Amino acid sequence: MDGFAEVLGQALALILSGDPDLVEIIGLSLRVTLSAVALGCVLGLPLGAVAGAFRFPGRAAVVVLMNALMGLPPVVVGLLVYLSLSASGPLGVLGLLYTPAAMIVAQTVLVTPIIAALTRQVVEDLHGEYAEQFASLGVGPAHRVAALLWDARYSLLTVVLAGFGRAVAEVGAVIIVGGNINHVTRVMTTTIALETSKGNLELALALGVVLLALALTVNAAVMALRASAVRAAYA
Amino acid sequence: MREVRMHADEPFCGAPLLRRGLTPVPLAEARDLTLRADGQALLDGVSCSFAAGRRTVVMGANGSGKSLLLRLMHGLIRPTSGTVLWRGAPLDRRARARQALVFQTPVMLRRSVLANLRFALAVRGVPRCARRARAEAALEQARLTALAHRPARVLSGGEQQRLAIARALACRPELLLLDEPTASLDPASTALIEQAVDAAHADGVTVALVTHDAGQARRLADDIVFLHAGRVAEHGPAAQVLSRPRSEAARAWLEGRLHLGP
Ligand SMILES: Nc1ncnc2c1ncn2[C@@H]1O[C@H](COP(=O)(O)OP(=O)(O)O)[C@@H](O)[C@H]1O
Ligand SMILES: [Mg+2]
Repeated sequence: MDGFAEVLGQALALILSGDPDLVEIIGLSLRVTLSAVALGCVLGLPLGAVAGAFRFPGRAAVVVLMNALMGLPPVVVGLLVYLSLSASGPLGVLGLLYTPAAMIVAQTVLVTPIIAALTRQVVEDLHGEYAEQFASLGVGPAHRVAALLWDARYSLLTVVLAGFGRAVAEVGAVIIVGGNINHVTRVMTTTIALETSKGNLELALALGVVLLALALTVNAAVMALRASAVRAAYA
Repeated sequence: MREVRMHADEPFCGAPLLRRGLTPVPLAEARDLTLRADGQALLDGVSCSFAAGRRTVVMGANGSGKSLLLRLMHGLIRPTSGTVLWRGAPLDRRARARQALVFQTPVMLRRSVLANLRFALAVRGVPRCARRARAEAALEQARLTALAHRPARVLSGGEQQRLAIARALACRPELLLLDEPTASLDPASTALIEQAVDAAHADGVTVALVTHDAGQARRLADDIVFLHAGRVAEHGPAAQVLSRPRSEAARAWLEGRLHLGP
């Protein structure tokens, strides 16, 4: 137990000193994950909204597929993206393997189904409430999607947060396609995995603390936002 | 989408024609509507009409098909057989844009009162520059100006219903359909809503209103359609239906033997 307290002390000191390596790793983590979540939103929000607001042939299959893809194991995603981006793969010419871009691609593949599937559920519920009013007013398809996404904005914040949580904590996919190269593709999770196995516990724990604090802060912020939305009956 | 033409431009109004002893022009007409679900006839051979410029009150017990009739007239659901006519032609999308339906439970977007109005105007193709003024005029009319920036869904039931009516009227419909707009409201809210309906009617809007409140029917109805078990039991001028009902159902109701609800 003494050992743990000592390591924790060193870890906190590392955080407070603003260690440049630590800052670099945290920065890359956020850049990769926020980019992936942004791309996941661009793809997943409209996809989920369309699946939630319209009836079309094959819709049931799309919904089942989206739900199934939510549970994709990160290592499998990593492997598939690796195969696509490797020199002999279909996207090999892009030369993205072992770059942050590859990590963004992998995490985008991971979070898009999560965002799409959860958005579909949220939008479908809301559309159930709005459908007749929209039909009465004669709301067109594009307007319908936009209005539903906007009116579901506070619920969708939680959806985006779920995507962020999944991506930022994920290690399997980014380690395969990023390679955990020092100063290039090292992010918080891959560093924790590596440094722990090397016995460099204070850096690992420092990153663990940051990861935890990040998760808590983002969750608290979204909860507070939602609470104010509920008071205004906007959620 | 084209802007809905102002009802003030309309060349005629039903009431003056009637005074001259002519048949009122049916703005909307149900011809032999039947609606079946699971082998059961919810509406069975319903024929009735909403005469231009008049207020038609649709009455009947719970489950007699009043809401379904309004939805059919508005084109939200299709009849199993029969037709809905708008100015003598089959109802289509453009005709529906000439109507506005106020649902029994108002559906409010998760936005401010003003934003709810502006949304409806945007959907109905009112140019952006005209929306604000028209929305504000509608709020003024509904006496909701003070609540313009409030989230619509925190308004009281009566205020939401008035907003729903204001939203419907802001679209300048020729036919305003209202499904039990005052059910479960207090007398003060009811009075405000009846005033709004009256004002719309005075502006030339044709009104079709569902109620099972006898007092409201007496106050508002020019014509009455009385539904019983999915059929039209009686359809005629209010004065006649309320004083000399021909159908057993309407008689039973007037004599207090048939309770309409809620
Ligand atoms: N979508 C539906 N499917 C099956 N039955 C329905 C449906 N909508 C309404 N009904 C039934 O049709 C009857 C008439 O409904 P409604 O028009 O809502 O009655 P009300 O006169 O009280 O407004 C009721 O018995 C109701 O249960
Ligand atoms: Mg009803």
